[in-house]
Amino acid sequence: MDWTALTLSLELGLWTVAILLPVSVLAGRWLAYARFPGKGAVEALVMLPLVLPPTVFGFYLLLAFGRNSPVGTFWQDTFGHQLVFTFEGLVVASVIFNLPFAIQPAQRGFEAIAPELREAAATCGMSPWKSLRKVELPLAWPGLMTAMVLTFAHTLGEFGIVLMIGGSIPGETRTIAIAIYDRVQAFDMRGAGIMSAVLVAISFTTITLTYLLSARIGRRLA
Amino acid sequence: MTLTVTLRAEAPIPLDLAFAVAPEELLALVGPSGSGKTTILRTIAGLWRPTTGRVAVDGECWLDTAAGLALPAHRRHVGVVFQTYALFPHMTAAQNVAAAMDRPDHTEAARLLDLVNLHGLSDRRPAQLSGGQQQRVALARALARKPAALLLDEPFSAVDRATRERLHAEILALRAHLKMPVVLVTHDMNEAQLLADRMVVIDRGRLLREGTTAAVMADPDALRALGIREVAALLPATVIGAEEDGLTRLDTATGPLFLPGIDSPPGTRLRVRIMAHDVILSRDRPMGLSAQNILPCTVTAIRPGDGPGVMVHLAVGDSVILARITRRAAAELALQPGDKAHAVLKSMSVARDHIA
Repeated sequence: MDWTALTLSLELGLWTVAILLPVSVLAGRWLAYARFPGKGAVEALVMLPLVLPPTVFGFYLLLAFGRNSPVGTFWQDTFGHQLVFTFEGLVVASVIFNLPFAIQPAQRGFEAIAPELREAAATCGMSPWKSLRKVELPLAWPGLMTAMVLTFAHTLGEFGIVLMIGGSIPGETRTIAIAIYDRVQAFDMRGAGIMSAVLVAISFTTITLTYLLSARIGRRLA
Repeated sequence: MTLTVTLRAEAPIPLDLAFAVAPEELLALVGPSGSGKTTILRTIAGLWRPTTGRVAVDGECWLDTAAGLALPAHRRHVGVVFQTYALFPHMTAAQNVAAAMDRPDHTEAARLLDLVNLHGLSDRRPAQLSGGQQQRVALARALARKPAALLLDEPFSAVDRATRERLHAEILALRAHLKMPVVLVTHDMNEAQLLADRMVVIDRGRLLREGTTAAVMADPDALRALGIREVAALLPATVIGAEEDGLTRLDTATGPLFLPGIDSPPGTRLRVRIMAHDVILSRDRPMGLSAQNILPCTVTAIRPGDGPGVMVHLAVGDSVILARITRRAAAELALQPGDKAHAVLKSMSVARDHIA
């Protein structure tokens, strides 16, 4: 059992969730309420990572983040090391790749709030910020939680992009999914089996907890 | 604290009107659906911005497009009761009320919930409350804002008839506590007549008539937009008591009325809404008639309309009731202002919710 790989995967998942939570609140809320020309194009762009093969997406990210790219050069100049084949690179790639998994459910969560409720919040004297905290977030919470759980679970299992962007450097970019693949390559079926089972257990627990929690919230609002 | 509203817009519906509401006054905005009533209310609340307009309360300007001023809704001290109530589903009744306060005060929230006759339900969530109870929470929440203007958008349309009757009575009782201008949007003429001091009739975004409720309800031109069958007047009466046969005896200025289904205790002062098309006129006191209510009255005016009907104004003591009869009938009776007559009314023609 490669505990380092598991820890790395969990860390990658948590970082991705931590960064995407505020992003999904802001972007999901904006897409839910705003009416503007080209909204469909923006939504399509957000959904793009969902339909692209991870290897294709990873290939483009590799080009975009590489040593000779503007992003790669900027990173190298600012932090003194390159972005590709590092944990930070994985986090950036993971955040981008998970945009649809985070924003889409968050957007649905905000869309489910009746417009009169936001109007009522305003006529109750709540500023947009207070309305977000007191009314919208509590009501959009099931959608946001779905977004975060999907993102987390999806990050744990991501393979193609991690391989393209990060390779398989132990303790840096070798996530549990990569480690399982390596074990199979080395004909260590038992090791791969144990790790796969652990991954199944973690994913199953996460999803179950989410369902239990959303059922509770649903009962509270019903 | 007078509320003055001027607005003009092309979309979503053409609007062009101006009106004012005095403190402690309840103004009903009435008109057919799609006439712009709700848009006017939304403009006052700051939920919608007209092309040009001005909204001011007590010298404080909320909207003045000429000066480029438009206070956002949350900066206006306005209380709104939405048609759907729009209660926050994740909060209890008390929390909903406290949510409209700048600094939540749970004693004050409890007092407001008592004021709207919602006792012991402050810990319930909206989903656990009936429609009428939700409406009361919405009203308490609107009052919790300490509004400079109170706006009611069809607040009684989503409850059953019996609840609506009760809520009407409660609003009338609450009037003593309402020091601010109140605007009620409704398409229910009965509701407007029972609750409002003044009415503004709106048709296709324009102000068709403005005046006291009695004057507007007697005006066939104003009522053309609303349906001539809505013409009615309020007759004050005092409950005397229940008769053996289930009718209730009420006394008016010129005689008794016998009406069904009145639960109010003896001595209660009520106003009975009498529809003009339900009134039969007779010169002499009719005999051998099934109708129970025969009120002596004096003809004060006869107003012909465009069609075959005329509107006869009848003084019953200090009050005026209306009778809509045909031009032909008026000619046969040779009615003239100043003539004595008898207004005949079927007991069963007064609907329960036409009494408040």
